[in-house]
Amino acid sequence: MTRFTWLLAAALSLTLFTGPASAGIDDAINSFTAPIAALIGQIVFFKITIAGAELPLVVLWLVAGAVFFTFYMGFVNIRGFGHAIRLVRGDYADPDSAGEVSHFQALATAVSGTVGIGNIGGVAVAVTVGGAGATFWLIVAGFLGMSTKFVECTLGVKYRNENPDASVSGGPMYYLRSGLSERGMPGFGKFMGTLYAIGIFVGALGIGNMFQSNQAYVQLNNVAGGALDGYGWLVGIILACIVFSVIIGGIKSIASVTEKIVPFMAVFYCFFAIIVILMNGSAIPQAIANIFTGAFTGEGVAGGALGALIIGFQRAVFSNEAGIGSASIAHAAVRTDEPVTEGYVSLLEPFIDTIVICTITALVIGTSQVADPNFAGDATGIAMTSAAFERQLSWFPIPLAFAGLLFAFSTMISWSYYGLKGWTYLFGEGEFGQNGYKVLYCLFVVLGCVVQLGPILDISDALVFLICVPNIFGLYFLAPVVKREMQEYLARLESGEIKRFKH
Amino acid sequence: MDNVVLLAVDGSPGSDRALDHALKRAKTAGSKLVVAFVIEWSPYTFNTPEENAERHERRETEIERANDMVVAPALVRLTGEGIEAEGLVRHGAPAETLIRLARDHNAAQIVIGRRGQGGLKSLIFGSVAGNLIQTAPVPVVVVP
Repeated sequence: MTRFTWLLAAALSLTLFTGPASAGIDDAINSFTAPIAALIGQIVFFKITIAGAELPLVVLWLVAGAVFFTFYMGFVNIRGFGHAIRLVRGDYADPDSAGEVSHFQALATAVSGTVGIGNIGGVAVAVTVGGAGATFWLIVAGFLGMSTKFVECTLGVKYRNENPDASVSGGPMYYLRSGLSERGMPGFGKFMGTLYAIGIFVGALGIGNMFQSNQAYVQLNNVAGGALDGYGWLVGIILACIVFSVIIGGIKSIASVTEKIVPFMAVFYCFFAIIVILMNGSAIPQAIANIFTGAFTGEGVAGGALGALIIGFQRAVFSNEAGIGSASIAHAAVRTDEPVTEGYVSLLEPFIDTIVICTITALVIGTSQVADPNFAGDATGIAMTSAAFERQLSWFPIPLAFAGLLFAFSTMISWSYYGLKGWTYLFGEGEFGQNGYKVLYCLFVVLGCVVQLGPILDISDALVFLICVPNIFGLYFLAPVVKREMQEYLARLESGEIKRFKH
Repeated sequence: MDNVVLLAVDGSPGSDRALDHALKRAKTAGSKLVVAFVIEWSPYTFNTPEENAERHERRETEIERANDMVVAPALVRLTGEGIEAEGLVRHGAPAETLIRLARDHNAAQIVIGRRGQGGLKSLIFGSVAGNLIQTAPVPVVVVP
């Protein structure tokens, strides 16, 4: 199914360059992609109906996994939190072996990949569809997702592959293959690894690419007062050219500059979001009350409380990527003798991404809604978040567009790497194939700017959730390995064998 | 405290002068020299996934280059003059790392060359020698 999707999508992107270069292009592509997106969405999100709420099996699969890992690892998401902070601070780093990728750097890189438009636009989607209560479940999902991240990132480091040129490749495809073969299932492991690798390089085109470029364009157009209507293809081509220059042209300076600005933009965003929330001060109690009542009653939401829960979980995974396995690819680049340490560090990612940033966005929207239920008009996604900011800070949409563009860009760069790792797993490290993938990746940047949000979200969600299936399946089998590693590590920490260098 | 002198080198003309000075002093005092090259590096930077993946290899190259170009030739010269010497290449914040190395090796003194940067430049970027003078636990000799 995935292969087929990919071919279709590739064919679609080609039509972009054969069609007439006019504003009509956008419409033509839209009418073409919408039914395809709907079909893919239907297959992946096969739903079962429980008590009036439609529950996609894939979401159930993810939630079940996250709950299981939370219990199985003995609430590592709470108990490991302090240790994670100490690791990132460098307390356990031996200064004599300094110069390798630090825990802080690994965390920052992975967070740059996950803090994207989903934190700004995705939350608005969740609140629109799932009501205020979706926010509550979003936070719960972020909390549980910390355990899933712990497991997958530990495995990513443990089973990584060292390439002949001394660089490292790791991630779910590698731990599925090697880990399962260690447990006496080499054939099954190979199959799952391949399935995941296909999924990640196709999924990279959705969540890490089309959704990002789409929302960046929407916000730009929003700021420009609709002047870019119908010119999505043009914005897309410009964005694609920048991405192209970085991932193919090797202009690393653009990427490294972005990586350096993104964390500051995130802080800047949170700072002003908190100011807006405070300016909506009188609405705060009501907004928080709405989140809790909505979570358990699901008023006005299709499927009630369960409906709100599903939407919340879906958006949380889309934003923090726990269970997708992408962060595990980023963490595998770290040289460490202790795979578990990367697991600990990675559990901070859903915390920062979902519990902090997404919740802040949700409160900005929630308090605005209480103050003025129709503040955003028909706007959804990032445009809705932007409207919520604009109510209090009229100048904010412009820096928000800039922040959105940067978030989108850094996420696209990170995901091009993830996708590429899937590609090289399947087809080897050959230069020609890698460049082919990168060109395709740029074409999808353009495509993302052209089609409407609805179909984009459907395709992105579908592709991304598809990879969760082999990944979490493998995590169940390999969880005992992680648990053993964790217990051994904790024992050595206790005995003082693992030295603390800073206090 | 042992009769050990920590010599900070970086391949600059100032560091060559520091080596000359340390060599003469060591000869008369019969002290042992620890020749240290600190590559400026911070664990708190933001990198792309690709930079992270290539980091290990880059670190090896950096160490190799510092060793081949600066530390190893200095050691050859020192041992040729009959002075006991040991070489080190480390990553980190220069002043902080030198202080740590001085402590670890029980050094009685740190010798460092001066870059001779102008007022504004050193005001903005600070100078390793200046930093050391303020914070080192042992006497610091700054060679002009």
